[in-house]
Amino acid sequence: MESTILLLSYLIGSITFIIGLKMLSHPETARKGNLVAAAGMTLAIFATIFLWENPNTHERLHNYGWIFGGLIIGTIVGTMAAKKVQMTSMPEMVSLFNGMGGACAMLISLIEYRKPEAKSMGEMIVVVLGMLIGTVSFAGSMVAWGKLNGRIKDRTIPGAQAINFLLFGGMIVLAIMVIGGFTSNPYLFYGILALAAAYGILFVMPIGGADMPVVISLLNSFTGCAAAFGGFLYDNPVMLTGGILVGSAGTILTILMCKAMNRSLKNVLIGSFGGQKAGTAAGDKEQGAYKEISLNDTAVLMAYAQKVMIIPGYGLAVAQAQHACHELEKVLEEKGVEVSYGIHPVAGRMPGHMNVLLAEADVPYEKLLEMEDANDQMASENVVLILGANDVVNPAAKDDPASPIFGMPILEVEKAEHVIVNKRSMKPGYAGIENELFFRPKTSMLFGDAKKVLQSLVAELKQV
Amino acid sequence: MDQFTSIFTDAASYRLITIVILSIFLGIEVISRVPSVLHTPLMSGANAIHGVVIIGAIIVMGQAGADDYLALMLGFLAVVLGTLNVVGGFVVTDRMLEMFSKKKKTK
Repeated sequence: MESTILLLSYLIGSITFIIGLKMLSHPETARKGNLVAAAGMTLAIFATIFLWENPNTHERLHNYGWIFGGLIIGTIVGTMAAKKVQMTSMPEMVSLFNGMGGACAMLISLIEYRKPEAKSMGEMIVVVLGMLIGTVSFAGSMVAWGKLNGRIKDRTIPGAQAINFLLFGGMIVLAIMVIGGFTSNPYLFYGILALAAAYGILFVMPIGGADMPVVISLLNSFTGCAAAFGGFLYDNPVMLTGGILVGSAGTILTILMCKAMNRSLKNVLIGSFGGQKAGTAAGDKEQGAYKEISLNDTAVLMAYAQKVMIIPGYGLAVAQAQHACHELEKVLEEKGVEVSYGIHPVAGRMPGHMNVLLAEADVPYEKLLEMEDANDQMASENVVLILGANDVVNPAAKDDPASPIFGMPILEVEKAEHVIVNKRSMKPGYAGIENELFFRPKTSMLFGDAKKVLQSLVAELKQV
Repeated sequence: MDQFTSIFTDAASYRLITIVILSIFLGIEVISRVPSVLHTPLMSGANAIHGVVIIGAIIVMGQAGADDYLALMLGFLAVVLGTLNVVGGFVVTDRMLEMFSKKKKTK
Protein backbone atom coordinates (compact mmCIF):
# COMPACT_ATOMS: atom_id res chain seq x y z
CA MET A 1 0.00 0.00 0.00
CA GLU A 2 2.68 2.42 1.02
CA SER A 3 4.79 1.70 -2.01
CA THR A 4 1.72 2.41 -4.13
CA ILE A 5 1.36 5.81 -2.49
CA LEU A 6 5.06 6.45 -3.05
CA LEU A 7 4.86 5.57 -6.74
CA LEU A 8 1.69 7.60 -7.11
CA SER A 9 3.47 10.60 -5.55
CA TYR A 10 6.33 10.11 -7.98
CA LEU A 11 3.91 9.96 -10.88
CA ILE A 12 2.25 13.18 -9.75
CA GLY A 13 5.70 14.71 -9.30
CA SER A 14 6.71 13.82 -12.85
CA ILE A 15 3.47 15.19 -14.26
CA THR A 16 3.85 18.48 -12.39
CA PHE A 17 7.35 18.86 -13.84
CA ILE A 18 6.02 18.44 -17.36
CA ILE A 19 3.08 20.78 -16.79
CA GLY A 20 5.34 23.22 -14.93
CA LEU A 21 7.79 23.43 -17.82
CA LYS A 22 4.94 23.80 -20.28
CA MET A 23 3.41 26.64 -18.28
CA LEU A 24 6.80 28.27 -17.80
CA SER A 25 7.06 28.75 -21.53
CA HIS A 26 4.01 31.03 -21.72
CA PRO A 27 4.10 34.52 -20.18
CA GLU A 28 0.65 34.38 -18.57
CA THR A 29 1.04 31.02 -16.90
CA ALA A 30 4.77 31.10 -16.14
CA ARG A 31 4.57 31.98 -12.49
CA LYS A 32 1.89 29.43 -11.76
CA GLY A 33 3.92 26.82 -13.64
CA ASN A 34 6.86 27.40 -11.35
CA LEU A 35 4.65 26.90 -8.30
CA VAL A 36 3.11 23.74 -9.76
CA ALA A 37 6.55 22.22 -10.26
CA ALA A 38 7.59 23.30 -6.75
CA ALA A 39 4.53 21.62 -5.25
CA GLY A 40 5.27 18.40 -7.13
CA MET A 41 8.84 18.51 -5.93
CA THR A 42 7.77 18.95 -2.30
CA LEU A 43 5.41 15.99 -2.58
CA ALA A 44 8.12 13.79 -4.12
CA ILE A 45 10.63 14.76 -1.43
CA PHE A 46 8.36 14.04 1.53
CA ALA A 47 7.02 10.84 0.00
CA THR A 48 10.61 9.65 -0.33
CA ILE A 49 11.49 10.50 3.25
CA PHE A 50 8.54 8.67 4.79
CA LEU A 51 7.66 5.93 2.33
CA TRP A 52 10.79 4.84 0.50
CA GLU A 53 12.10 1.39 1.30
CA ASN A 54 15.13 -0.51 0.11
CA PRO A 55 13.96 -2.93 -2.60
CA ASN A 56 16.21 -5.73 -1.28
CA THR A 57 16.06 -5.42 2.49
CA HIS A 58 12.68 -3.61 2.70
CA GLU A 59 14.23 -1.31 5.25
CA ARG A 60 12.89 2.21 5.66
CA LEU A 61 15.16 5.25 5.71
CA HIS A 62 16.64 6.33 9.01
CA ASN A 63 18.90 9.24 10.04
CA TYR A 64 15.86 11.55 10.04
CA GLY A 65 17.72 14.05 12.18
CA TRP A 66 20.41 14.44 9.56
CA ILE A 67 17.94 14.56 6.69
CA PHE A 68 15.70 17.20 8.23
CA GLY A 69 18.71 19.13 9.49
CA GLY A 70 20.03 19.31 5.94
CA LEU A 71 16.64 20.21 4.50
CA ILE A 72 16.10 22.99 7.01
CA ILE A 73 19.57 24.49 6.61
CA GLY A 74 19.30 24.29 2.82
CA THR A 75 15.85 25.86 2.83
CA ILE A 76 16.82 28.76 5.06
CA VAL A 77 20.06 29.55 3.27
CA GLY A 78 18.52 29.03 -0.18
CA THR A 79 15.51 31.23 0.52
CA MET A 80 17.59 34.01 2.02
CA ALA A 81 20.11 33.97 -0.80
CA ALA A 82 17.38 33.94 -3.45
CA LYS A 83 15.38 36.70 -1.76
CA LYS A 84 18.30 38.99 -1.15
CA VAL A 85 19.93 38.77 -4.53
CA GLN A 86 19.60 41.84 -6.72
CA MET A 87 17.91 41.64 -10.09
CA THR A 88 21.23 42.22 -11.83
CA SER A 89 22.85 39.26 -10.09
CA MET A 90 20.10 36.74 -10.88
CA PRO A 91 22.11 35.02 -13.61
CA GLU A 92 25.03 34.26 -11.32
CA MET A 93 22.62 33.03 -8.66
CA VAL A 94 21.14 30.55 -11.12
CA SER A 95 24.64 29.39 -11.96
CA LEU A 96 25.47 28.97 -8.28
CA PHE A 97 22.35 26.88 -7.59
CA ASN A 98 23.06 24.82 -10.67
CA GLY A 99 26.53 24.10 -9.31
CA MET A 100 24.99 22.96 -6.02
CA GLY A 101 22.86 20.42 -7.91
CA GLY A 102 25.93 19.15 -9.74
CA ALA A 103 27.85 18.82 -6.48
CA CYS A 104 24.91 16.94 -4.97
CA ALA A 105 24.98 14.41 -7.83
CA MET A 106 28.74 14.07 -7.42
CA LEU A 107 28.43 13.35 -3.69
CA ILE A 108 25.73 10.74 -4.22
CA SER A 109 27.98 8.85 -6.63
CA LEU A 110 30.90 9.17 -4.26
CA ILE A 111 28.98 7.63 -1.38
CA GLU A 112 27.54 4.87 -3.56
CA TYR A 113 31.02 4.05 -4.83
CA ARG A 114 32.32 3.70 -1.29
CA LYS A 115 29.63 1.18 -0.34
CA PRO A 116 31.15 -2.29 0.10
CA GLU A 117 28.44 -4.18 -1.83
CA ALA A 118 29.44 -5.42 -5.26
CA LYS A 119 27.97 -3.44 -8.13
CA SER A 120 26.81 -4.66 -11.49
CA MET A 121 28.29 -3.11 -14.59
CA GLY A 122 25.13 -1.10 -15.17
CA GLU A 123 25.31 0.35 -11.67
CA MET A 124 28.97 1.16 -12.16
CA ILE A 125 28.19 3.02 -15.39
CA VAL A 126 25.61 5.25 -13.75
CA VAL A 127 27.76 5.86 -10.67
CA VAL A 128 30.80 6.88 -12.72
CA LEU A 129 28.88 8.94 -15.29
CA GLY A 130 26.76 10.60 -12.63
CA MET A 131 29.87 11.68 -10.79
CA LEU A 132 31.68 12.73 -13.93
CA ILE A 133 28.89 14.91 -15.28
CA GLY A 134 27.97 16.26 -11.85
CA THR A 135 31.56 17.32 -11.23
CA VAL A 136 31.97 19.00 -14.63
CA SER A 137 28.73 20.85 -14.03
CA PHE A 138 29.75 21.89 -10.52
CA ALA A 139 33.22 23.10 -11.49
CA GLY A 140 31.96 24.81 -14.64
CA SER A 141 29.12 26.55 -12.82
CA MET A 142 31.48 27.88 -10.19
CA VAL A 143 33.67 29.42 -12.90
CA ALA A 144 30.60 30.85 -14.67
CA TRP A 145 29.46 32.28 -11.35
CA GLY A 146 32.88 33.83 -10.74
CA LYS A 147 32.95 35.29 -14.23
CA LEU A 148 29.54 36.88 -13.94
CA ASN A 149 30.29 38.58 -10.65
CA GLY A 150 33.68 39.67 -11.90
CA ARG A 151 35.78 37.57 -9.55
CA ILE A 152 37.25 35.64 -12.45
CA LYS A 153 38.49 37.59 -15.42
CA ASP A 154 38.29 36.38 -18.99
CA ARG A 155 41.59 34.90 -19.94
CA THR A 156 42.82 32.73 -22.71
CA ILE A 157 44.95 29.77 -21.72
CA PRO A 158 47.45 28.82 -24.40
CA GLY A 159 46.66 25.39 -25.76
CA ALA A 160 43.44 25.19 -23.77
CA GLN A 161 41.77 23.11 -26.43
CA ALA A 162 44.57 20.56 -26.51
CA ILE A 163 44.57 20.32 -22.71
CA ASN A 164 40.79 19.89 -22.68
CA PHE A 165 41.06 17.19 -25.28
CA LEU A 166 43.66 15.34 -23.20
CA LEU A 167 41.60 15.70 -20.03
CA PHE A 168 38.54 14.41 -21.83
CA GLY A 169 40.44 11.46 -23.25
CA GLY A 170 41.92 10.71 -19.83
CA MET A 171 38.47 10.68 -18.27
CA ILE A 172 37.13 8.26 -20.88
CA VAL A 173 40.08 5.88 -20.41
CA LEU A 174 39.80 5.94 -16.61
CA ALA A 175 36.03 5.55 -16.78
CA ILE A 176 36.34 2.49 -19.02
CA MET A 177 38.92 0.98 -16.67
CA VAL A 178 36.76 1.54 -13.61
CA ILE A 179 33.49 0.48 -15.22
CA GLY A 180 34.96 -2.52 -16.98
CA GLY A 181 36.33 -3.75 -13.68
CA PHE A 182 39.92 -3.92 -14.98
CA THR A 183 41.03 -2.52 -11.69
CA SER A 184 39.52 -2.06 -8.27
CA ASN A 185 41.97 0.62 -7.26
CA PRO A 186 39.77 3.37 -5.78
CA TYR A 187 42.32 6.04 -6.66
CA LEU A 188 41.40 5.66 -10.31
CA PHE A 189 37.85 6.61 -9.41
CA TYR A 190 39.08 9.68 -7.55
CA GLY A 191 41.30 10.36 -10.54
CA ILE A 192 38.16 10.71 -12.69
CA LEU A 193 36.83 13.16 -10.13
CA ALA A 194 39.98 15.29 -10.34
CA LEU A 195 40.05 15.22 -14.14
CA ALA A 196 36.36 16.10 -14.34
CA ALA A 197 36.86 19.09 -12.04
CA ALA A 198 39.82 20.30 -14.10
CA TYR A 199 37.86 19.79 -17.29
CA GLY A 200 34.88 21.75 -15.97
CA ILE A 201 37.11 24.69 -15.05
CA LEU A 202 39.09 24.74 -18.28
CA PHE A 203 35.99 24.23 -20.39
CA VAL A 204 34.33 27.41 -19.13
CA MET A 205 37.44 29.50 -18.49
CA PRO A 206 38.17 30.64 -22.09
CA ILE A 207 34.54 31.42 -22.91
CA GLY A 208 33.79 35.13 -22.82
CA GLY A 209 31.59 36.52 -20.07
CA ALA A 210 28.98 37.66 -22.60
CA ASP A 211 28.33 34.05 -23.50
CA MET A 212 27.87 32.88 -19.91
CA PRO A 213 24.05 32.55 -20.16
CA VAL A 214 24.46 30.01 -22.93
CA VAL A 215 27.08 28.16 -20.91
CA ILE A 216 24.93 28.16 -17.79
CA SER A 217 22.01 26.80 -19.78
CA LEU A 218 24.25 24.05 -21.13
CA LEU A 219 25.61 23.18 -17.68
CA ASN A 220 22.01 23.20 -16.51
CA SER A 221 21.18 20.40 -18.90
CA PHE A 222 24.35 18.58 -17.77
CA THR A 223 23.12 18.62 -14.20
CA GLY A 224 19.78 17.33 -15.47
CA CYS A 225 21.58 14.33 -16.97
CA ALA A 226 23.52 13.78 -13.74
CA ALA A 227 20.22 13.72 -11.83
CA ALA A 228 18.83 11.23 -14.33
CA PHE A 229 21.75 8.88 -13.68
CA GLY A 230 20.73 8.98 -10.04
CA GLY A 231 17.27 7.92 -11.23
CA PHE A 232 18.80 4.89 -12.94
CA LEU A 233 20.75 4.01 -9.84
CA TYR A 234 17.73 3.98 -7.54
CA ASP A 235 15.25 2.89 -10.18
CA ASN A 236 13.50 6.12 -9.34
CA PRO A 237 11.03 7.35 -11.97
CA VAL A 238 10.69 10.94 -10.75
CA MET A 239 14.44 11.56 -10.72
CA LEU A 240 14.61 10.04 -14.15
CA THR A 241 11.84 12.10 -15.73
CA GLY A 242 12.86 15.29 -13.94
CA GLY A 243 16.50 14.89 -14.90
CA ILE A 244 15.94 13.90 -18.51
CA LEU A 245 13.29 16.58 -19.06
CA VAL A 246 15.73 19.24 -17.90
CA GLY A 247 18.50 17.59 -19.87
CA SER A 248 16.62 17.74 -23.15
CA ALA A 249 14.70 20.97 -22.54
CA GLY A 250 17.96 22.58 -21.38
CA THR A 251 19.74 21.55 -24.54
CA ILE A 252 16.98 22.96 -26.72
CA LEU A 253 16.94 26.13 -24.66
CA THR A 254 20.69 26.46 -25.12
CA ILE A 255 20.26 26.18 -28.87
CA LEU A 256 17.39 28.70 -28.83
CA MET A 257 19.59 31.15 -26.93
CA CYS A 258 22.35 30.73 -29.47
CA LYS A 259 19.84 31.30 -32.24
CA ALA A 260 18.72 34.54 -30.61
CA MET A 261 22.31 35.69 -30.98
CA ASN A 262 22.52 34.17 -34.44
CA ARG A 263 25.48 32.03 -33.53
CA SER A 264 26.05 28.33 -33.38
CA LEU A 265 26.71 26.48 -30.16
CA LYS A 266 30.07 25.37 -31.48
CA ASN A 267 30.98 28.95 -32.17
CA VAL A 268 30.10 29.90 -28.59
CA LEU A 269 32.01 27.02 -27.03
CA ILE A 270 35.16 27.52 -29.01
CA GLY A 271 34.78 31.08 -27.93
CA SER A 272 35.39 33.73 -30.52
CA PHE A 273 34.20 36.31 -28.01
CA GLY A 274 36.84 37.09 -25.45
CA GLY A 275 39.30 35.37 -27.76
CA GLN A 276 42.49 36.95 -28.91
CA LYS A 277 41.17 37.99 -32.29
CA ALA A 278 38.28 40.04 -31.00
CA GLY A 279 40.40 42.88 -29.71
CA THR A 280 42.53 43.33 -32.77
CA ALA A 281 39.76 43.02 -35.34
CA ALA A 282 38.59 46.54 -34.72
CA GLY A 283 41.58 47.86 -32.85
CA ASP A 284 43.58 48.18 -36.04
CA LYS A 285 40.96 50.31 -37.61
CA GLU A 286 41.34 54.00 -37.47
CA GLN A 287 39.18 55.54 -34.81
CA GLY A 288 37.32 58.63 -35.81
CA ALA A 289 36.37 61.41 -33.49
CA TYR A 290 33.22 61.20 -31.46
CA LYS A 291 31.12 64.10 -30.35
CA GLU A 292 29.74 64.69 -26.93
CA ILE A 293 26.39 66.18 -26.11
CA SER A 294 25.43 68.02 -22.95
CA LEU A 295 22.56 67.07 -20.68
CA ASN A 296 20.80 70.28 -21.52
CA ASP A 297 20.98 69.71 -25.25
CA THR A 298 19.77 66.15 -24.80
CA ALA A 299 16.80 67.34 -22.79
CA VAL A 300 15.85 69.89 -25.44
CA LEU A 301 16.28 67.41 -28.23
CA MET A 302 14.06 64.88 -26.52
CA ALA A 303 11.41 67.34 -25.36
CA TYR A 304 10.80 68.55 -28.90
CA ALA A 305 10.90 65.12 -30.46
CA GLN A 306 7.71 63.33 -31.44
CA LYS A 307 8.96 59.85 -30.94
CA VAL A 308 11.73 58.63 -28.70
CA MET A 309 12.98 55.09 -28.43
CA ILE A 310 14.99 53.95 -25.44
CA ILE A 311 17.37 51.04 -25.91
CA PRO A 312 18.47 49.56 -22.62
CA GLY A 313 21.52 47.38 -22.12
CA TYR A 314 23.65 46.00 -19.35
CA GLY A 315 24.71 49.51 -18.30
CA LEU A 316 21.14 50.18 -17.22
CA ALA A 317 21.12 47.01 -15.12
CA VAL A 318 24.45 47.79 -13.47
CA ALA A 319 23.40 51.31 -12.58
CA GLN A 320 20.01 50.04 -11.29
CA ALA A 321 18.56 52.81 -13.42
CA GLN A 322 15.27 51.13 -14.39
CA HIS A 323 13.18 53.38 -12.12
CA ALA A 324 14.92 56.52 -13.33
CA CYS A 325 14.29 55.28 -16.84
CA HIS A 326 10.58 54.90 -16.20
CA GLU A 327 10.60 58.38 -14.67
CA LEU A 328 12.10 59.79 -17.85
CA GLU A 329 9.49 57.98 -19.90
CA LYS A 330 6.68 59.51 -17.83
CA VAL A 331 8.08 63.06 -18.04
CA LEU A 332 8.43 62.73 -21.79
CA GLU A 333 4.90 61.37 -22.17
CA GLU A 334 3.56 64.33 -20.22
CA LYS A 335 5.17 66.52 -22.83
CA GLY A 336 3.40 64.58 -25.54
CA VAL A 337 6.38 62.61 -26.70
CA GLU A 338 5.70 59.04 -27.73
CA VAL A 339 8.12 56.76 -25.91
CA SER A 340 8.89 53.13 -26.64
CA TYR A 341 11.61 50.69 -25.70
CA GLY A 342 13.60 48.67 -28.19
CA ILE A 343 14.53 45.37 -26.61
CA HIS A 344 17.23 43.25 -28.15
CA PRO A 345 16.71 39.61 -27.21
CA VAL A 346 20.17 39.29 -25.73
CA ALA A 347 20.60 42.77 -24.26
CA GLY A 348 22.08 42.54 -20.79
CA ARG A 349 23.65 39.40 -19.50
CA MET A 350 20.76 37.03 -20.11
CA PRO A 351 17.96 36.76 -22.62
CA GLY A 352 14.95 38.56 -21.21
CA HIS A 353 17.10 40.47 -18.72
CA MET A 354 15.80 43.87 -19.86
CA ASN A 355 12.14 42.83 -19.80
CA VAL A 356 12.45 41.65 -16.24
CA LEU A 357 14.29 44.79 -15.21
CA LEU A 358 11.85 47.21 -16.82
CA ALA A 359 8.88 45.24 -15.55
CA GLU A 360 10.28 45.77 -12.06
CA ALA A 361 10.00 49.52 -12.63
CA ASP A 362 6.37 49.10 -13.81
CA VAL A 363 7.07 50.00 -17.40
CA PRO A 364 3.92 48.95 -19.29
CA TYR A 365 4.32 45.80 -21.33
CA GLU A 366 3.03 47.35 -24.57
CA LYS A 367 5.91 49.81 -24.61
CA LEU A 368 8.50 47.08 -24.90
CA LEU A 369 9.08 46.35 -28.56
CA GLU A 370 10.81 43.22 -29.73
CA MET A 371 13.70 43.67 -32.05
CA GLU A 372 11.82 43.20 -35.35
CA ASP A 373 9.06 45.63 -34.39
CA ALA A 374 11.59 48.10 -33.06
CA ASN A 375 13.55 47.99 -36.30
CA ASP A 376 10.35 48.52 -38.31
CA GLN A 377 9.61 51.66 -36.33
CA MET A 378 13.17 52.90 -36.23
CA ALA A 379 12.92 55.15 -39.30
CA SER A 380 10.12 57.17 -37.73
CA GLU A 381 11.97 57.79 -34.46
CA ASN A 382 13.39 61.25 -33.84
CA VAL A 383 15.69 60.32 -31.01
CA VAL A 384 17.09 56.98 -29.97
CA LEU A 385 18.58 56.92 -26.50
CA ILE A 386 20.94 54.02 -25.89
CA LEU A 387 21.45 53.28 -22.23
CA GLY A 388 24.51 51.15 -21.65
CA ALA A 389 23.92 48.88 -24.61
CA ASN A 390 26.80 48.32 -26.96
CA ASP A 391 27.24 45.10 -28.88
CA VAL A 392 23.53 44.83 -29.69
CA VAL A 393 23.65 48.10 -31.64
CA ASN A 394 27.08 47.60 -33.19
CA PRO A 395 26.83 48.09 -36.96
CA ALA A 396 29.87 45.83 -37.38
CA ALA A 397 27.47 42.91 -36.97
CA LYS A 398 25.95 43.93 -40.30
CA ASP A 399 28.82 45.20 -42.37
CA ASP A 400 32.12 43.87 -41.07
CA PRO A 401 32.55 40.19 -41.92
CA ALA A 402 35.78 40.13 -39.89
CA SER A 403 33.98 41.06 -36.71
CA PRO A 404 33.36 38.28 -34.20
CA ILE A 405 29.74 39.34 -33.90
CA PHE A 406 29.17 39.48 -37.65
CA GLY A 407 25.76 38.07 -38.49
CA MET A 408 24.15 38.79 -35.14
CA PRO A 409 20.87 40.64 -35.64
CA ILE A 410 21.10 44.13 -34.19
CA LEU A 411 18.87 47.08 -33.50
CA GLU A 412 19.41 49.30 -36.51
CA VAL A 413 19.51 52.57 -34.64
CA GLU A 414 21.08 54.47 -37.47
CA LYS A 415 17.79 54.61 -39.28
CA ALA A 416 16.59 57.08 -36.67
CA GLU A 417 17.19 60.79 -36.86
CA HIS A 418 19.45 61.21 -33.81
CA VAL A 419 21.29 58.66 -31.78
CA ILE A 420 22.36 59.49 -28.23
CA VAL A 421 24.56 56.97 -26.51
CA ASN A 422 24.90 56.95 -22.75
CA LYS A 423 27.97 55.10 -21.55
CA ARG A 424 30.33 55.43 -18.64
CA SER A 425 33.39 55.70 -20.86
CA MET A 426 34.61 54.89 -24.33
CA LYS A 427 35.55 51.39 -23.27
CA PRO A 428 34.36 48.68 -25.66
CA GLY A 429 31.41 46.48 -24.72
CA TYR A 430 31.44 43.05 -23.22
CA ALA A 431 32.46 41.31 -26.40
CA GLY A 432 35.60 43.48 -26.40
CA ILE A 433 34.88 44.97 -29.81
CA GLU A 434 35.08 48.62 -30.80
CA ASN A 435 31.76 50.06 -31.80
CA GLU A 436 31.90 52.21 -34.88
CA LEU A 437 28.45 53.55 -34.14
CA PHE A 438 29.99 55.95 -31.64
CA PHE A 439 31.98 57.64 -34.36
CA ARG A 440 29.17 57.99 -36.88
CA PRO A 441 27.92 61.48 -37.68
CA LYS A 442 24.41 60.88 -36.30
CA THR A 443 25.71 59.76 -32.94
CA SER A 444 26.32 61.90 -29.87
CA MET A 445 27.83 60.61 -26.67
CA LEU A 446 26.44 61.36 -23.23
CA PHE A 447 28.92 60.09 -20.67
CA GLY A 448 28.11 59.12 -17.12
CA ASP A 449 26.45 56.57 -14.89
CA ALA A 450 23.04 55.71 -16.38
CA LYS A 451 21.10 56.40 -13.19
CA LYS A 452 22.67 59.79 -12.49
CA VAL A 453 22.38 60.85 -16.11
CA LEU A 454 18.71 59.86 -16.25
CA GLN A 455 17.91 61.63 -13.01
CA SER A 456 19.58 64.84 -14.20
CA LEU A 457 17.86 64.45 -17.53
CA VAL A 458 14.48 64.25 -15.82
CA ALA A 459 15.30 67.38 -13.82
CA GLU A 460 16.37 69.21 -16.97
CA LEU A 461 13.28 68.09 -18.86
CA LYS A 462 10.99 69.43 -16.17
CA GLN A 463 12.46 72.88 -16.77
CA VAL A 464 12.28 72.81 -20.54
CA MET B 1 27.78 -8.59 -24.08
CA ASP B 2 25.36 -10.45 -21.87
CA GLN B 3 25.34 -7.52 -19.53
CA PHE B 4 24.56 -5.27 -22.42
CA THR B 5 21.70 -7.33 -23.83
CA SER B 6 20.26 -7.68 -20.36
CA ILE B 7 19.28 -4.01 -20.61
CA PHE B 8 16.66 -5.08 -23.13
CA THR B 9 15.63 -8.37 -21.64
CA ASP B 10 15.35 -7.09 -18.09
CA ALA B 11 11.88 -5.57 -17.72
CA ALA B 12 12.97 -2.90 -15.23
CA SER B 13 15.79 -1.46 -17.30
CA TYR B 14 13.71 -1.67 -20.45
CA ARG B 15 11.05 0.40 -18.73
CA LEU B 16 13.63 2.97 -17.65
CA ILE B 17 15.02 3.27 -21.17
CA THR B 18 11.50 3.82 -22.50
CA ILE B 19 10.95 6.59 -19.95
CA VAL B 20 14.24 8.22 -20.95
CA ILE B 21 13.48 8.25 -24.65
CA LEU B 22 9.94 9.56 -24.21
CA SER B 23 11.15 12.20 -21.75
CA ILE B 24 13.74 13.45 -24.21
CA PHE B 25 11.09 14.07 -26.84
CA LEU B 26 8.73 15.53 -24.28
CA GLY B 27 11.38 17.98 -23.07
CA ILE B 28 12.02 19.17 -26.61
CA GLU B 29 8.33 19.40 -27.44
CA VAL B 30 7.30 21.20 -24.28
CA ILE B 31 9.57 24.21 -24.64
CA SER B 32 10.19 24.45 -28.35
CA ARG B 33 8.06 27.55 -28.78
CA VAL B 34 9.13 29.75 -25.91
CA PRO B 35 9.46 33.53 -26.45
CA SER B 36 12.97 34.85 -25.85
CA VAL B 37 11.66 36.98 -22.97
CA LEU B 38 11.11 33.81 -21.00
CA HIS B 39 14.47 32.17 -21.71
CA THR B 40 15.97 33.23 -18.41
CA PRO B 41 13.05 32.31 -16.13
CA LEU B 42 12.61 29.04 -17.97
CA MET B 43 16.26 28.19 -17.52
CA SER B 44 15.96 29.06 -13.86
CA GLY B 45 12.83 26.92 -13.49
CA ALA B 46 14.50 23.98 -15.20
CA ASN B 47 17.44 24.53 -12.87
CA ALA B 48 15.12 24.09 -9.91
CA ILE B 49 13.57 20.95 -11.41
CA HIS B 50 16.86 19.12 -11.76
CA GLY B 51 17.17 19.70 -8.04
CA VAL B 52 15.13 16.49 -7.94
CA VAL B 53 18.57 14.95 -7.44
CA ILE B 54 17.88 15.76 -3.77
CA ILE B 55 15.80 12.57 -3.66
CA GLY B 56 18.94 10.57 -4.38
CA ALA B 57 20.71 12.45 -1.61
CA ILE B 58 17.90 11.65 0.83
CA ILE B 59 17.99 7.96 -0.08
CA VAL B 60 21.76 7.81 0.35
CA MET B 61 21.60 9.71 3.61
CA GLY B 62 18.78 7.62 5.01
CA GLN B 63 20.67 4.39 4.41
CA ALA B 64 24.03 5.44 5.79
CA GLY B 65 25.18 3.41 8.78
CA ALA B 66 25.12 5.25 12.09
CA ASP B 67 28.88 4.79 12.54
CA ASP B 68 29.94 5.57 8.97
CA TYR B 69 30.80 9.18 9.68
CA LEU B 70 32.25 9.92 6.27
CA ALA B 71 29.06 8.75 4.53
CA LEU B 72 26.97 10.71 7.03
CA MET B 73 28.96 13.89 6.45
CA LEU B 74 28.98 13.57 2.68
CA GLY B 75 25.30 12.64 2.64
CA PHE B 76 24.42 15.56 4.86
CA LEU B 77 26.35 17.89 2.57
CA ALA B 78 24.53 16.39 -0.43
CA VAL B 79 21.14 17.02 1.20
CA VAL B 80 22.06 20.62 2.02
CA LEU B 81 23.34 21.32 -1.49
CA GLY B 82 20.38 19.59 -3.12
CA THR B 83 17.95 21.61 -1.01
CA LEU B 84 19.77 24.80 -1.95
CA ASN B 85 19.30 23.88 -5.59
CA VAL B 86 15.59 23.15 -5.21
CA VAL B 87 14.53 25.92 -2.85
CA GLY B 88 16.87 28.59 -4.19
CA GLY B 89 15.96 27.66 -7.74
CA PHE B 90 12.21 27.93 -7.26
CA VAL B 91 12.41 31.13 -5.21
CA VAL B 92 14.67 32.89 -7.72
CA THR B 93 12.38 31.84 -10.57
CA ASP B 94 9.38 33.11 -8.67
CA ARG B 95 11.08 36.43 -8.09
CA MET B 96 11.87 36.80 -11.77
CA LEU B 97 8.31 35.96 -12.75
CA GLU B 98 6.81 38.16 -10.07
CA MET B 99 7.98 41.08 -12.15
CA PHE B 100 6.15 39.79 -15.16
CA SER B 101 2.89 39.51 -13.31
CA LYS B 102 3.23 43.00 -11.83
CA LYS B 103 2.99 44.59 -15.20
CA LYS B 104 -0.29 42.85 -15.86
CA LYS B 105 -1.90 44.73 -13.02
CA THR B 106 -0.84 48.07 -14.48
CA LYS B 107 -2.44 47.15 -17.78
